[in-house]
Amino acid sequence: MTTFEEKQPAVSVEKLKWMYEQMVKSRYYEDQMVDVYTEGKVPVFNIGAGTVPGEMHLSTGQEPAAVGICVHLTKEDTVTAPHRPHHHAIAKGVDLKKMTAEIFGKETGLGKGKGGHMHLFDPEVKFSCGGIVAAGIPHAVGAALTSKMKGKDWVAVAFIGEGAANAGAFHESLNLAALWNLPLIVVVEDNSYGISVAKKDSTAIESNDLRAAAYGVAGAYVKDNDPIAMYKAAEEAVARARSGQGPTIIEIETYRFLGHFQGDPELYRDKAEVPGLRQLDPILKLRKRLTESEKVSEAEIEEMEKRAKQEVDEAYQFARDSNYPEPEAALNDVFQS
Amino acid sequence: MAEAIALEMEQDPSVFVLGEDIGKYGGIFGSTQGLIDKFGQERVLDTPISETAFIGAAIGAAAEGMRPIAELMFVDFFGVCMDQIYNHMAKIPYMSGGNVRLPMVLMTAVGGGYNDAAQHSQTLYATFGHMPGMKVVAPSTPYDLKGMMISAIRDDNPVLFMFHKSLQGLGWMEQLDVAVDHVPEESYTVPLDKAKVVREGSDVTIVGIQMMTHYAVEAAEKLSKEDGIEAEVIDLRSVAPIDKKTILSSIKKTRRLVVVDEDYLSYGMTAEVAAIAAEEALYDLEAPVRRIAVPDVPIPYSRPLEDFVIPGPEKIYQQVKKLMDEE
Repeated sequence: MTTFEEKQPAVSVEKLKWMYEQMVKSRYYEDQMVDVYTEGKVPVFNIGAGTVPGEMHLSTGQEPAAVGICVHLTKEDTVTAPHRPHHHAIAKGVDLKKMTAEIFGKETGLGKGKGGHMHLFDPEVKFSCGGIVAAGIPHAVGAALTSKMKGKDWVAVAFIGEGAANAGAFHESLNLAALWNLPLIVVVEDNSYGISVAKKDSTAIESNDLRAAAYGVAGAYVKDNDPIAMYKAAEEAVARARSGQGPTIIEIETYRFLGHFQGDPELYRDKAEVPGLRQLDPILKLRKRLTESEKVSEAEIEEMEKRAKQEVDEAYQFARDSNYPEPEAALNDVFQS
Repeated sequence: MAEAIALEMEQDPSVFVLGEDIGKYGGIFGSTQGLIDKFGQERVLDTPISETAFIGAAIGAAAEGMRPIAELMFVDFFGVCMDQIYNHMAKIPYMSGGNVRLPMVLMTAVGGGYNDAAQHSQTLYATFGHMPGMKVVAPSTPYDLKGMMISAIRDDNPVLFMFHKSLQGLGWMEQLDVAVDHVPEESYTVPLDKAKVVREGSDVTIVGIQMMTHYAVEAAEKLSKEDGIEAEVIDLRSVAPIDKKTILSSIKKTRRLVVVDEDYLSYGMTAEVAAIAAEEALYDLEAPVRRIAVPDVPIPYSRPLEDFVIPGPEKIYQQVKKLMDEE
């Protein structure tokens, strides 16, 4: 285990700028989704009604985990994400138009409208996600195994929530990845809740990076939802994986500004909690770092923000303008000839 | 089977095998015999007892273009990893709109008849056949095992490949003549979606699968010899997709249908075949369809109990004869 505060490797300002832009894009994407998801669901909330039906799990506040890792990845590296996947998808470079169209259930979507918000697959950038807790970890193990068998330096990252660390797949996968010395990184996003159950009521150990000892792998803990600390922990984990030195578990203390899903009454947490967390907004923190410590001009920051938002707006417009699939298309894509 | 896998591994470096005891042991039921000596442990990976992790890893590797063959030692163990099999292996290609391919084989041992009791004797054909997204095959002969395994490895879709323990020609099980045969040394393929008429007849169609096909042929020989009844026997071979055409054209010819299964009766393969006949060949039938399968109980341990629930040649003979006598 390493204490990252002890080391001060140079942090690339270009990479920090990239992270900031992705975080803004992700945040704005989710903010727009709050409104779009509400369309057709007022005054009576019906989960199956409106522009975007079904469950909607938003990642607002959790951006540092995604960008801190993905800033070190390329198209050849694999990312698997859970049911709350938008920030990971954006940071991994998933086609934003096709992703949004998929969430809208349109034929131009990543999965032609067959997957939806929890089931986004973009093989172009090796991204996938799924709706079953912890199930993406073994898929990342398989990607890491492929990298090793092909003699590549590709790494595989499995993002999970802290609740998933208590599922059997976590244990099986980490043991297997450690046994085979695979380039796997498991990023545990501790947003304090598994739906409504607080971490302290579900997890017998303080933080899941400590579980690294059980598999003989490296572990790192990132506190305060800090994008820079995440960047550093991830840089070390990715370097470790690329150089054949095996898996890492990184746990990051992060914040879920919204409910488990949109429409969650959130009776399980104090009303003052979220306003308090919003005071600690990681985007504002990184913005401050860029303008104050890195001397990035306000004009440049605003240009980045504008660019990010424009890309999101175009993606939503593309989704709105796209057609729904023909009903009969439901019968396609079971098997491939 | 091991020969089929070896042939494919020789010509395609993306093919590899992983599972429990598939290395030095050669697979508990011999499915991977000799592979580790030929290809080493880099491509023949013994795994921990972690079905979720290694079947999930096979899915992850397949998504990256590899052609993994994972072995689930007994089909009965599906409970510890069904999420990976069904929610992921079978659904990812569909949910991705066909953009993600999972060219993988999940092979697994099925079947009873050797007193291994309720947790190690099931076939569960229908459990997997019911759920879309997987090809589910269950070959009955050494020739088909090899040819269908090669087809399964080359197929771009996930294939659940069921092999029957009693038909593996294992030295430590009852020796069955039908389990041992010469097969061509070279590579050949057998389609994954075609049933096969294994005995021609004009009086009644018997649809069987794996052991039940062999028992149906035995019953048919007795019917011919003792009663002058000529039964046509169809080996289903593919549970999904099911080959309706072969079944329907046989019914057209014989006008009677008996379906025999080593799986449970209710909601099972026999029900599916009977429903196909009722929907598409009702007016060709001259008698009610008969279904013979495991009555709806778990597979019991004790020999007389197990022999009672798993259909055998004598039970098939009696049921067919009864059907013919009713007219």
